[in-house]
Amino acid sequence: MTQKMDEQTPPRDASLPETHARTTANAPSIDSSRIAEVSVATAKDELEMREKVFHVEDLAVAYSGNVALRNVTLDVFENTVTAFIGPSGCGKSTFIRCFNRMNDLIVGADVSGTVQYHGMDLYARGVDAVEVRRRIGMVFQKPNPFPKSIYDNVAFGPRALGLKDSLDDRVESCLRRAALWDEVRNRLKDSALGLSGGQQQRLCIARALATEPDVLLMDEPASALDPIATAAIEDLMHDLKREYTIIVVTHNMQQAARVADMTAFFSVEVHDDGHGRNGILVEYDATTRIFTQPADKRTEDYVTGRFG
Amino acid sequence: MSRKTKGNLFVGAMLVCLGISFGTLAWLLGTTLVEGLPAISKQLFTDPPSTVPEEAGARPAILATIYLAVLLLLMAVPIGVLTAIYLEEYARKERWYNRVLELNIQNLAAVPAIVYGILGLAFVVRGPVGVGRVLLAGAIILTLVVLPTVIIPSREAIRAVPDSIRQRGFALGATKWQVVSRQVLPASIPGIATGSILALSRAVGETAPLLLIGALQYVAFDPTVLGPFTALPVQIYTWVKLPDPAFQTLAAAAIIVLLAIVLTMNAFAIFLRNRYRQTW
Repeated sequence: MTQKMDEQTPPRDASLPETHARTTANAPSIDSSRIAEVSVATAKDELEMREKVFHVEDLAVAYSGNVALRNVTLDVFENTVTAFIGPSGCGKSTFIRCFNRMNDLIVGADVSGTVQYHGMDLYARGVDAVEVRRRIGMVFQKPNPFPKSIYDNVAFGPRALGLKDSLDDRVESCLRRAALWDEVRNRLKDSALGLSGGQQQRLCIARALATEPDVLLMDEPASALDPIATAAIEDLMHDLKREYTIIVVTHNMQQAARVADMTAFFSVEVHDDGHGRNGILVEYDATTRIFTQPADKRTEDYVTGRFG
Repeated sequence: MSRKTKGNLFVGAMLVCLGISFGTLAWLLGTTLVEGLPAISKQLFTDPPSTVPEEAGARPAILATIYLAVLLLLMAVPIGVLTAIYLEEYARKERWYNRVLELNIQNLAAVPAIVYGILGLAFVVRGPVGVGRVLLAGAIILTLVVLPTVIIPSREAIRAVPDSIRQRGFALGATKWQVVSRQVLPASIPGIATGSILALSRAVGETAPLLLIGALQYVAFDPTVLGPFTALPVQIYTWVKLPDPAFQTLAAAAIIVLLAIVLTMNAFAIFLRNRYRQTW
């Protein structure tokens, strides 16, 4: 399928390998005024000066021998929002789960390649997945508060870790950072299930912040929410990236354009020999560039809505 | 025959079936209540059995049944629930020994109680454990009888907890045990409680294995955990066998007491289920 596309339109930049992340490519200066929404994105050169929080090299994930995602190489930079976009089945959710070893929980899942977190191999022998998940928080697609009080939801992580000192202050500061404090300060003892969907999702973010992570993984955090609640989550991501590094999986390209500094486009690779399909990383670049001057024809087709 | 008639016939057949099962129960309960209620007196709860019906009570048997229930609760429920947790949360299904374990538990549920009685006589009363014909032996054997009926519903309840509940715990840096104990177990308490208490109710009514390991038919003193004992079903069985009709009346009264104990336990199970029921 991809072969055919390339025949029709030659790649814009033939010197770059087709399926490789372009973190090292020299990007031309970006005219960010071309898309008003992406004006928040920082120029790529500057992003690459930042510290690498994650370095992923030649990552592949298989479920019971079936390859779901392969040949992924990219870096994630500190205090940025990095978005993974792509059609269904492209492996973006599988990929985000590699960063906090959630794939460990799936029987038969096998991760190969390297995922380095501040230079430390997350999959090395002796690395405690539980500790990894404390440092790298995660928010899921569907808001999933515990059927407990608002307070107990935020306090769950600290309690599980034995951080019981000044719990009240910790809960308050996490709720403030998740922009939820003013709405719930008078009903901390009420059930979290009484909150609206958008409030529940912000509570889940507050809950994730309570274990003092430096990375937040968000797997389609707004896809179950209405537009107003979505906007609140996106605003929150802008605020949070000052203190945290955020990786977000999204189906919504406008959302990626609005919130992300860097964007990785994943696609599905169909094998002619009938051995199924798997996800690959097509292109990884500054968001402005992905949406205005993508180097790969497949990226362009996707962001302009021609497929997916 | 018109479609409507067929429908009515089916409803009629269902009502007949309902009538048979419900009618039998009502008749049994009714005759027992009519015969036994007048015999329920303070003496039944305070006095030991006697050869004279007017002086006979069931205090040792009632106490022993309550002791048995408590011991069962302490042994069968933790062992059963922990086994269920192991099989559902920790066991790797591809390992042969876990599959053997599963198969075994399912088969054990179908083994008649008397067989456990024989096993108990050989291993618990005599044999390796050798505690003798004491109340504790009875409790151990009844534990074995009901373990499968605790494990199977507990597993169902644990399996019914959605994976998203486990994941949100893990994603917050909780350990496996923290996820199991703080997320999965509380969410499965209604199912576990119902299964466990129904199993206990069944055990409290068991007679055969207790007779086999030598529950006494005449006990004139309060039971102790490590002493000889009788139990309500055994006491009922003993009284029913006696020729004097006054003892039949006493047996009916004892049945009512046993029923009351079992119904109280079931009511408690329903209370627990409703108290902790949650939706996700």
